Amino acid sequence: MRPMIVVDRVTKEYRIGERSAAYGTFREAGPRMVRRAFRRLLSRHADVPMFQALNDVSFEVRAGETVGIIGRNGAGKSTLLKVLGRITQPTRGAVDLYGRVGSLLEVGTGFHPELTGRENVFLSGAILGMRNAEILRQFDAIVAFAEIARFIDTPVKFYSSGMYMRLAFAVAAHLHPEILLIDEVLAVGDANFQKRCLGKIEEFRSIGRTVLFVSHNMASVLRLCQRVILLEGGRLVADGLADHITRRYLQSGTGSPAERVWSEPHEAPGDEVARLHAVRILDEHGRIAPTLDIRRPFRVEVDYWALRSGTRPTVSIHFVNEESICLLVSNDFNNRAWWRTPREPGLVRCTCHVPGNFLAEGQIFVLAAVCSYNPDLVHLVARDVVSFQVVDRSEGDGVRGEFGGVWPGVVRPMLEWRAQTLSADSPAIASHSAVESLES
Amino acid sequence: MNTMYPMSPMNPTNPMNPHMLESGVVTVDAGPVHIAIRSTPPRLRDELDELWHHRELFYFLAWRDVKVRYKQTVLGVAWAVIQPLLTVVVFTLFFGRLAHIPSDGVPYPLFAYAGILPWTLLAAGVGASASSLVGSPSLVTKVYFPRMIIPGAAVLSGLVDFLIAGVGLGVLMVRYGAHASWHLLLVVPIVALILLLTCAVGGWLAAVNVKYRDVRYVVPFFMQIWMFASAVMYPASLVPQKWRLLMAFNPMAGFIEAFRAACFGRPVDGLPLTMSVLVTLACLAIAARTFRNIEQTFADFI
Repeated sequence: MRPMIVVDRVTKEYRIGERSAAYGTFREAGPRMVRRAFRRLLSRHADVPMFQALNDVSFEVRAGETVGIIGRNGAGKSTLLKVLGRITQPTRGAVDLYGRVGSLLEVGTGFHPELTGRENVFLSGAILGMRNAEILRQFDAIVAFAEIARFIDTPVKFYSSGMYMRLAFAVAAHLHPEILLIDEVLAVGDANFQKRCLGKIEEFRSIGRTVLFVSHNMASVLRLCQRVILLEGGRLVADGLADHITRRYLQSGTGSPAERVWSEPHEAPGDEVARLHAVRILDEHGRIAPTLDIRRPFRVEVDYWALRSGTRPTVSIHFVNEESICLLVSNDFNNRAWWRTPREPGLVRCTCHVPGNFLAEGQIFVLAAVCSYNPDLVHLVARDVVSFQVVDRSEGDGVRGEFGGVWPGVVRPMLEWRAQTLSADSPAIASHSAVESLES
Repeated sequence: MNTMYPMSPMNPTNPMNPHMLESGVVTVDAGPVHIAIRSTPPRLRDELDELWHHRELFYFLAWRDVKVRYKQTVLGVAWAVIQPLLTVVVFTLFFGRLAHIPSDGVPYPLFAYAGILPWTLLAAGVGASASSLVGSPSLVTKVYFPRMIIPGAAVLSGLVDFLIAGVGLGVLMVRYGAHASWHLLLVVPIVALILLLTCAVGGWLAAVNVKYRDVRYVVPFFMQIWMFASAVMYPASLVPQKWRLLMAFNPMAGFIEAFRAACFGRPVDGLPLTMSVLVTLACLAIAARTFRNIEQTFADFI
C-alpha cells in the first residue's frame, strides 16, 4: 500500500500569549518590539518564550487506513489537523499528502443566512474546493441527502437548525476526497447528526479511503479505527493498535480523568492576569473521583495563579454531557463578598459545591474558564479539562427508585412530592390501562 | 451498521456496498495529487497554480457579496447609482457653485461624476478588502484555499457597483451633450489598472489588519486624505507645477485624470500615467510579498 499521508518531524510553535491575546494594536506592538529587540541585544538565546503545540511529530498513514488521534486538550490534536488541512503552517518539518483532502471540521463554512439553500450549496461547494460542474452534477444528490427539496429556494435564515446542519453536511459529504480529516469536537449538532458523521466515516473506510479522526470518545475511536496515535503535550507518544493505545491513554497522566494539574505557570492556559493551576473533581470525602454516586454531593476545585493585583478575575465552570449539551454554568461571583474583593498575586482556590441527587447519569465533561468583567476579558478557557462519570446504582433510595428502565432528562433532582387522598369515594371504571403509558 | 446510516431515498441499499456509493460519483481531479506542506511559503508558481485552480471561488465570493449587499433594501442596486449621484450634487453645490473650482471646460457635475466613479471603485474596494479577512474568521480558520481570494473577491464585487454606476455616467454625458469618441475604449485598461491598485492596497491592509486591528481606524481617515490628494473634485491642472512631480507618486491622481480624458475624448497625458502604472506595480509587489509572508499564519491570529 502506498502512503497517503507522510508527516515528517512537524513542529508548530506559538509565542506564549499569541493565542490568548490573538491580536494587538500598534500601541502595544511598539513597546513590545522595543523590549524584544533589547532582550535580543542582551542575550542571543533568551528569545520570546515559545509554546510548542506540536513537537517533532512524525508518522505515515497508508491508503485505506482509518487512524484515530487521541489525547487530552492541548495535546495538539486540533493543531495537527489544522496543519494537515493547510489552515496553518508548520514552524518546522514537512507534510506530504498524496490525494485530495476534505475535512468535516468545516461543516457549514461559508454559508450565508441571506442566501437560499440552492445558492449556499454552490457557494459552500466552491469554498470546499468543488468545481462548479461537479456541484451541478451532484446537486440533486445533495438536496436529496439533506431532505430539504421543498425549501431549497428559501433563504437559509428561515431554516431550522436541523435543516441547516443537514444541508451543510450534505455538501461536505459529497466532496469525495481521498483523505478525510475529521475533528469530532467541532462536529456539533444533535445526536442524530453525530451519528450521520460516524456513518459517513464508516462509509469512507468501507470504500478504502484514508481517514484521520480526532476524538475524545473512546467508544467511537474503538469502533472506527484499527490504529490510534496518542499525542501528549504536542509529542507523539504512542502509535499502534487501537486497543492498546486507548487503554494506555485512559490510564495515562495523573491516572485519572478527574484531575488535571499544570505545575509550570508558563505552560498553563491563561494570560498575564490569570493562569490555570489545577482542576479536580472531589467526592464528599475529598478524594479525586472519576466516578460519582448520583446521590452524593461532590465539589469542583479550580486552582489558578492570580498574577496581577487589583484585578478581579472570576472562575466559571460548565458541565457538558456526551451529547455536547451544556447542562449548567456556574460562576464564583455568586459569592458576592469574594467577588468584590480585588485579588492579590498568588495561588487561588475556588471550590464549587454540587449537591447530590442533582445531575443525571452519564459522562460529564467540565469546561473551566477565568474571565473578568468591565471590561470583559477572557483570561483562559480549558475545554473538557476534567471529566467524571455519574453512576446511579439503583439501590432504591435514588430519584429513580426501583425503576430500572431509561430515565430521561439532563438533571435528576430529588423533588418534593406531597400527596393526600382527597375523598373516599372512587368512580367505578374497569381497571387495566393505567400503567401502560409509563412502560412505553 | 445499517442503523447508523440515514436511510434516505437516495441510499436504499446497504451503504457498505461500494458500488452503490460510487454510483454517480465522478472525481474531477483524476490525476495523482501531491500536496506538499512546508514551513516556508510555497513557491510563487505553485501559489499561482492554486489561485488558478480556485478561480471559480473569486466569482462565487464576489457574487455572494453583491447578492447580500442589496438584500432587504427597498431601492436595491439603484443605490450603486444614487450614492455617487448624491455626492455629485454636494460637490457641485460646494465646489462648483460656491468655490467656483474650474473643471477643464466640462460641466462641473459631469466632471465630478467622472472623478467620483473611479474613486468609488478604489475606495469601496479598499474598504471592503481591508476588513475582508478579519470579517470572515470561519473561512480563514476552518478551510483551506489561497487566502488572496478573500480580499480579491471583495475588490471584484465593487466592480459590479462600478458598472451599474457607469450607466449614470452615460446618462449625464447625454444630458450635457458630451461627445463620446473611440477614446472611451481606454476606460477598460484604466479600470483594470485601478483594480490592480485596489487589490494591492486592499490586500496589504487586509493582511496587516489580521495582526493589527488599528487598520480599521486608520483606513477611513487615510482614504479621505487620499481622495483630496487625487484630484477627484478639482482638476489636476489646478495643482501648481512644482507639486506635480509629487502628485505623480499618487497613482490614483494619474488614473482619474486618464479616466476623465478617456470619457471626454481628450488626449491622455502619457508621462503621469506611466508613473502611475509603475507605482501601482511597485505597490502590487510589496503587497504580494507582505501577504505571502504572513498568510500561512492568519489562522493563528483571527
